[in-house]
Amino acid sequence: MDPSKRRFLKRSVVLLGASGLVTSGSKEVGAFEPPDVPPWMKSPGAGFNEYGVPSKHESKVTRTLIRSQPGTTGSGAARTPLEALDGTLTPSGLHFERSHSGVPDIDPDKHRLLIHGMVKRPLIFTIDALLRYPMVSRIHFLECSGNSQFLYQPTPPSLTAGQTHGLVSCSEWTGVPLRLLLEEAGVDPGAPWILAEGADAAAMSRSVPMAKAMDDAMLALFQNGERLRPENGYPVRLFLPGWEGNMSVKWLRRLKVVPAPIMTKDETSRYTDLQADGRSLMFTYPMEVKSVITRPSHGMTLKGAGLYQISGIAWSGGGTISRVEVTSDGGRTWTAAPLSPLVLPRALTRFRLPWRWDGGASVLKSRATDDTGAVQPERDRFIADHGNNAIFHCNAIQAWGVAANGEVKHVYA
Amino acid sequence: MSTRDLAWAVIAVVAAGCARATVVETPNLGRPATAAQIAGWDISVGPDGVGLPPGSGTAAKGAVVYEQKCQACHGAKGAGQPNDRLVGGQGTLASKTPVRTIGSYWPHATTIFDYTRRAMPYVQPQSLTDDEVYAVTAYLLHLNGIIGDSDEINARTLPTVKMPNRDNFIIMYPARPR
Repeated sequence: MDPSKRRFLKRSVVLLGASGLVTSGSKEVGAFEPPDVPPWMKSPGAGFNEYGVPSKHESKVTRTLIRSQPGTTGSGAARTPLEALDGTLTPSGLHFERSHSGVPDIDPDKHRLLIHGMVKRPLIFTIDALLRYPMVSRIHFLECSGNSQFLYQPTPPSLTAGQTHGLVSCSEWTGVPLRLLLEEAGVDPGAPWILAEGADAAAMSRSVPMAKAMDDAMLALFQNGERLRPENGYPVRLFLPGWEGNMSVKWLRRLKVVPAPIMTKDETSRYTDLQADGRSLMFTYPMEVKSVITRPSHGMTLKGAGLYQISGIAWSGGGTISRVEVTSDGGRTWTAAPLSPLVLPRALTRFRLPWRWDGGASVLKSRATDDTGAVQPERDRFIADHGNNAIFHCNAIQAWGVAANGEVKHVYA
Repeated sequence: MSTRDLAWAVIAVVAAGCARATVVETPNLGRPATAAQIAGWDISVGPDGVGLPPGSGTAAKGAVVYEQKCQACHGAKGAGQPNDRLVGGQGTLASKTPVRTIGSYWPHATTIFDYTRRAMPYVQPQSLTDDEVYAVTAYLLHLNGIIGDSDEINARTLPTVKMPNRDNFIIMYPARPR
């Protein structure tokens, strides 16, 4: 394991203990236990905040930063600490980040969206103009197609759930259906593709099929009720529900309706999936059905046999999660885990299952199925099908080994 | 707005959320874009060469630009370090340790021009002249053994360059049997 990963791991263990996610056994009894009254009841509390922040006691719940390319600051990523969260919505400040040349500082009054190409009327929109259009709100996950890529490694990485799978997050996105703007521009009804381009220093660009653009694509302006965070595309981003994250081009400045894909760097040299035979899959848009147990998970320690709550997330770019099964014996027996409402299409779905640990070695896994019938594959099956070098679109089952001493570690099983 | 108008507007907005058959009334706030405005922003270049500007370059000229603007990140002659390797790796893609470079992996030569012009050099994107981008593109193609040292790369020749890995991509959209 490289030193930076070891450092992450160490920090995470501290974090989990601090967040009370793991039973910590006997606590020192202080003046806050009955019959004593805790000190914070004996004087008035703090005043009001213009913008709230988490409790200082949660300050260690942070995104895991992934190193940028040497000599650059904005080509890496930051992962959501899945193991420290519960429910289905990701706080905007913990939503994962991935950019290709940093986060631009955009004045919304000076940002423009240009629609041109195979349209009758090339148009320019201001942000103020977009805010007057009919909007929709939808809850959807967003997942980088490089999420879970460590599972391609031949040996199990010593990484937490967030460090492995934290390039997925879920928000309520509000914005203008893209179809409305394309129709206003008089889009050629036979035009098959659109180039989407960002206003970042990489002018990040992807070709998007017209069918998706006219279906559920939106120009997102709001995330979880507030305007987009800069790292998530402020003031406007494309949002393509269920499809690999980088296609939801952030800081959107240009849409060009074109007769064929442009074959940009990020749809040819990147975000194509190299198979074992040396050929590559291209235009692998929907994110596959996947799940991961977030608690207990790598880096946590169970404190003795007894009843625990298994909790995790499942999602599919192909539709709605219909079933999540959990095993604690490495896959010999599986139990259906109840799904927490609401269960929405292309959104994170929370599953929970009580589990009585007998104190012996166990292997925990979850397996998701969506309403198209797609089932999350075992890792050995997935690697046999796709090889170790695809980097992207890994949806293999994640296994956590629980040792007799209670330590939970990433295992291949 | 009459009550009936309001009702229709609500129906339209609801419909926009779940179906696409209904016509939704919009405020029509798009301003016409002029040809000059579009020309300033339209930097994308497709495999057919549409979007390539006037200008040209050769590998010999590109070597000079590369050494000044690219080598610090991509190493001498595209060998990589500290950042991405750009040259070599052909024949490695089916091995346990594939080396993905422009020469071994990229399916379209036009992508080199498109990406270099829009995003490189990393700390100074969109600063190269079109001639410089053509020249660097020619140099990288030459280093990968795809064109000759003095072959001219321009809007006509670049789309005709066949990349070694061109035929090894399987298009997965719309069908995707995984």
